[in-house]
Amino acid sequence: MGAVVLSDFQAQFTSLTFGGLSLGFIYVLIALGYTMVYGVLRMINFANSEVFMYGTFATVVIIRDVFKFTQQSEPATGMRLVFILLVCLAGSMLASGILSIVLELVAYRRLRNRGSNKLAPLISAIGMSIVLAEFMRILTDSRYVGSPRVLEKSSLGTVFGGDIRIDNTIVIGSGLFLYIVLQQFVQKTRLGKAIRAVSMNEDVAKLMGVNLNFVVSGTFLIGGLMTGAAGFFYTLKYENTSFSIGFELGIAAFTAAILGGIGNIKGAFYGGISLGLVETYASFFLGTQWKAVTVFSILVVVLYFKPNGVFGEAITQTRA
Amino acid sequence: MFNLRDWGADLWEKSSRPVRVLISLLAFAVAASLPLLGGTFLNTPVADYGSVLVFPVAIFVIMALGLNIVIGKSGLLDLGYVAFFAIGAYTMGLLGTKTSLNTWEILPIGIAMAMFAGLILGVPALRLRGDYLAIITLGFGEIVRITALNLNSIGGANGILNIPTPPTIFGLEYTFDNHRLYYWTFLIIILLTIWMIRRLSARRGGRAWESIRQDEDAAELMGVPTFRYKIWAFVLGASVGGAAGVLYASKTLFISPDNFTLQVSILILACVIFGGMGNIWGVILGAVILGYLPDRIRFLSDARLLVFGVVLVVMMNLRPDGVLPRKKREKALIKRAPNE
Repeated sequence: MGAVVLSDFQAQFTSLTFGGLSLGFIYVLIALGYTMVYGVLRMINFANSEVFMYGTFATVVIIRDVFKFTQQSEPATGMRLVFILLVCLAGSMLASGILSIVLELVAYRRLRNRGSNKLAPLISAIGMSIVLAEFMRILTDSRYVGSPRVLEKSSLGTVFGGDIRIDNTIVIGSGLFLYIVLQQFVQKTRLGKAIRAVSMNEDVAKLMGVNLNFVVSGTFLIGGLMTGAAGFFYTLKYENTSFSIGFELGIAAFTAAILGGIGNIKGAFYGGISLGLVETYASFFLGTQWKAVTVFSILVVVLYFKPNGVFGEAITQTRA
Repeated sequence: MFNLRDWGADLWEKSSRPVRVLISLLAFAVAASLPLLGGTFLNTPVADYGSVLVFPVAIFVIMALGLNIVIGKSGLLDLGYVAFFAIGAYTMGLLGTKTSLNTWEILPIGIAMAMFAGLILGVPALRLRGDYLAIITLGFGEIVRITALNLNSIGGANGILNIPTPPTIFGLEYTFDNHRLYYWTFLIIILLTIWMIRRLSARRGGRAWESIRQDEDAAELMGVPTFRYKIWAFVLGASVGGAAGVLYASKTLFISPDNFTLQVSILILACVIFGGMGNIWGVILGAVILGYLPDRIRFLSDARLLVFGVVLVVMMNLRPDGVLPRKKREKALIKRAPNE
């Protein structure tokens, strides 16, 4: 039995790895949303999962209502396909980015300016998360919403007997691109430097003339843009969404951020990729029902040896 | 601004012993008479009012009191509290259906099982701090739920049916719809829990928790064995959660993994923070409100959780320290701490 599974695994290794990587990049982008905000505010933005969910719906709406695709439509081809995909990506990113800024204004800004305890924003975030998810649940009547197919999921070829599917290739390529852009942005631009300054020391950054409210809004915007991109990629890969999708993916992405070391962009990247791969391999060997258990068990083991995540800095002053 | 918490604390501190006894008895009488007020404005439109008082209200109060030891007293963020609730409930479900033990005999076993689980989780998890601890506990909660879901030997997705009710005491029979009897029983358990927490908080352990919550490093330097006291807080919190689980299973008579999702942990956490972290009375108030509110506003039917979320956001923005926060004296200490 074991030998058979192992040979199956060898046969499917490339497909599994490829699928796992593309899932991993979706996690990376959502994890970036968590980790950016955490780096600046030292706060879990619990509602980021719903920002992702709204990103998936933005894609569906654009495909269905702007480009008038239906479930019976032929998938698009050529330049039209590229155009549609770019519009969907931009639309999802924009929708999620705006939602993320509004979220901060409504749920966190007042609490932050009052210097409240650390947990009040968490509960406010949970409240917002409930509001956003419930609103979508009522809108969609608790149903799964299918996305019409715009991209024919053809194979680009086989490597070591495994299919290289086009949708996975797009997700991996664009995910990597966005990650590099973000990294350069944080390193090179003025806002990026301000974000890093605030995450190192808020008080000193303020004394140096950094406009804190602007930086915080900027951070939420960038986190939202990344999370929105993840929403687009998710819809492209799985072709359906629902109001509860944010919760499922959000927890996994948050785990990925913690695994890599939260507050650290590089950590989100490696955490997301490893989580995507581990989850896919674990589903193959143990069945999908044990997926979450494997993921969390690995997390426990990793954190036992590296209590601040793989790339995390020591948290010297953390209180609940 | 009028501070209910300080007003209440002042009143209590200035009162003589007989007045205190009178206040306590009065409060107890009000709590005990709640099930009799079914026909008034308190009535819940759809669900049976008496049963709402037992679950979620009374069960939430017990769990929130337990979680308050972990998060309110010692400042450890636990997002997987439902795990201990589940372990208590499954202990009751399995032993109740497969052996001839009754609820009161299973209660200590369930508590012991939950405490043991708390120890197993606490030893690796409590090396971590803050949000890392939060995600580990969250993961533990999910591991427990998914394991229960996938193991067919303990019912799998179908759960456990026909869990026995508690045995008859003093000629009073615990039938499924005798909600008042359950409520009064749980009220006694709540009082015992409050008594236990108050006794513990006033002693060395309570002061150690307080020091850990305010500054763990300073506490360690002052010679407080922080790790040991954190484990203590965790295990005690788990024991209360386990007790709540046993009672819950013995009331609903049917449990399935769906009853023990992450949402329960989050809801209980919301009760603690909404009510006023660290203050027993605030936590109780929070649990009563958040347990009762969704059923009271059920006339909103589809939008009721939406409204619930709005209430959470608005309340936290208006009163970030909860409805009944801990005493000002303690808050002043936190304000002066560096790096806050």
